[in-house]
Amino acid sequence: MATQSVIGTKNKKGQVFADPWHMMNEAPRTPCFFTGSEVIKEAIRRANVDVMIAYPITPQSEAAALIGELFAEGYIGDYFRGESEFAVMGQCAGAAFGGARVFTTTAGPGTMRAMENFPMWAGARLPIQMIVTCRGINSPLSIQPDTLEISYLMNTGMLVWHAESAQDFYDWMLKGFMVTEEPDVHLPLALCCDGFFVTHTKDMVNLTPVDMCLPPYDPYRAPVPCMDMECPPVRMMRDPFVMKSNYISYATHASWQQEIWAAAERSRKHTIAWLDGLIEVENPDADVLLVASGTAVSQGREAKVLLEEEGIEVGIVKIKVLRPWPHEEIREATKNAKHIIVPEFNVTGWLAKEIRATIPNSERVTGPRVCGGMTMPPEIIVEHIKGALGIKVAAMAGRGS
Amino acid sequence: MSLERIKIAPEMFDIMPPEYQDLVQKATYGNESRGWKDIGTSKELIEEHSLCAGCPESMAFRYILASLPNPEDTVMVGSTGCTSLVFPHVGIHNIHSLFGNQNAIASGLKRALTVRFPGRVKDVVVLAGDGATVDIGLDMTLQAWFRQEKFTTICFDNELYANTGGQESGLMQKGFVAKMAPIGKHFEKVRLPEIARESGCHYVVNCTVSKPNLIEKVVKNAIYIAREIGPTYLQLYTPCILEIGKNSMEGLQEMRDAEKPTERFAYREYISEPAKELIAEMTAKEKERKAALKKQLAGQNA
Repeated sequence: MATQSVIGTKNKKGQVFADPWHMMNEAPRTPCFFTGSEVIKEAIRRANVDVMIAYPITPQSEAAALIGELFAEGYIGDYFRGESEFAVMGQCAGAAFGGARVFTTTAGPGTMRAMENFPMWAGARLPIQMIVTCRGINSPLSIQPDTLEISYLMNTGMLVWHAESAQDFYDWMLKGFMVTEEPDVHLPLALCCDGFFVTHTKDMVNLTPVDMCLPPYDPYRAPVPCMDMECPPVRMMRDPFVMKSNYISYATHASWQQEIWAAAERSRKHTIAWLDGLIEVENPDADVLLVASGTAVSQGREAKVLLEEEGIEVGIVKIKVLRPWPHEEIREATKNAKHIIVPEFNVTGWLAKEIRATIPNSERVTGPRVCGGMTMPPEIIVEHIKGALGIKVAAMAGRGS
Repeated sequence: MSLERIKIAPEMFDIMPPEYQDLVQKATYGNESRGWKDIGTSKELIEEHSLCAGCPESMAFRYILASLPNPEDTVMVGSTGCTSLVFPHVGIHNIHSLFGNQNAIASGLKRALTVRFPGRVKDVVVLAGDGATVDIGLDMTLQAWFRQEKFTTICFDNELYANTGGQESGLMQKGFVAKMAPIGKHFEKVRLPEIARESGCHYVVNCTVSKPNLIEKVVKNAIYIAREIGPTYLQLYTPCILEIGKNSMEGLQEMRDAEKPTERFAYREYISEPAKELIAEMTAKEKERKAALKKQLAGQNA
């Protein structure tokens, strides 16, 4: 167990363990023109990760392989390819139970295959970080961007964040470790982005210094014992309640589940500090408010420009954090809006449903949706907003409306 | 783990649970020659258990836990089933996470412990039932062996799903009538010991738990070989007396019947060449140590 601070000392690659707040907020940044996958690699280079476990699935394969290069360079303690996402998430759990800082990536069908693991991660209070590069999960087979899998993750007990850009991704990965490893949080994080749109496009990203990295994870600050036989092996229970049908068993399980969600609630104060709020609001007094997460926000910004050219004022709410859900923030931001437009890259419209359940007068919420890998040209959002405002528009070619 | 770490501050001693006081005073931590003969004279790593009266699995647990060469630095990984009812009573760190993923958990765990404790021995031992090992978890069982993960896999083979009430499993004998095999199981017992050998295990044993000295030997071999060389596998017959219609006192006889030379649990062992060398080396060293001890004692008496 560490008895003094490691801040200022160096790791075996010669990187200085930096004060994370200084590293993320004050240290000089270098602009780089990188793909999203390369940005994931650069964040992990500075994250002092103990174990990364990889499995190929489009569109995260490139990122997962690039992290293998980091392992070969000595930046990561151990790295290997697992046999399936279900196994990989179990291997991640094993490494996290053993006190390691653990990172992995997955996408679409992989997320679904691994799903049984996620409530287990949360229940076991393992602060694993998982990048989800969302893609279609339906049959017929699709590898295209589609955010449906996020709606499944939102009920696992994991923290769920949705990055818009490669810059978000870079910063939030590093900040994510700081939030999830807080003793009063200690939960896994699904850091989601829209596959291809973020992973396979190049963007200018401001990187933190390469000779600085996060301090190592200290598993002895965890709220549950680390399974390394370095603390006394007390027998955990006299009478295991795992499958018992009695009041004590129910009460124990109920309070354990409530504690997981309470821990997610407690992550708010850390997340607000690190991410500068769970949502980002621009012009909330406009009658028309675009509320979105992920790259739908970027498309919304484009639509806003087009509409402003026609004299229609639009506000934007970018939802950064989906779990814990920014209930109060959304109620406050939407209180004056007459039309709440929620563009989404999925067939069910889970974000719109979530917002409807949060605010009064929920009939204000509507939104264009695309799915199955379709792009969302800003014109679709513009047309939808005009429709909501009662402005006649010509039907767009090919949309059958 | 340092033995210092489990010691109780004198001011706190009397308020600790008696089991823990016993663990500190009478457990066999730090004694590499610990074994099944300590049962009854030392504090066992398992207290009472919640298995059926006379369940051979409870014997297996006691022999295995008494035989671990390095319990103060051993982490066990279980799976869902009757074993998951026992692990909460066991005085070493153990992980239950999901049904069937035990070898995946152990792979990640062993690697994390290797990264975190370079130069130190941290043994990982998987202990799961036949449903977990061979049916739902077969992929992860085999893949861990293919990858040469350095831990021991122990399968408690009771030839059915006991905890859920006696359903057919892959290790069930052909023709056995069980739940979900209403007209009898139509395929042969899966030959996992042979598959283990072909999958890269360096030490494979198939036997019953009728003889504690044999269990001590195979458990120690399996752990030493896994520590130094690569994966090892023990398949132990722990019959579910409840589901095969036996009484509490009949478990031992059932195992003795099943280990006759022509029966399916006749003792079978495979050991790879490097593993053979390791065991021979360790046996020679042990002999030397004992001889030196004898000499020293003789010198003292002279």
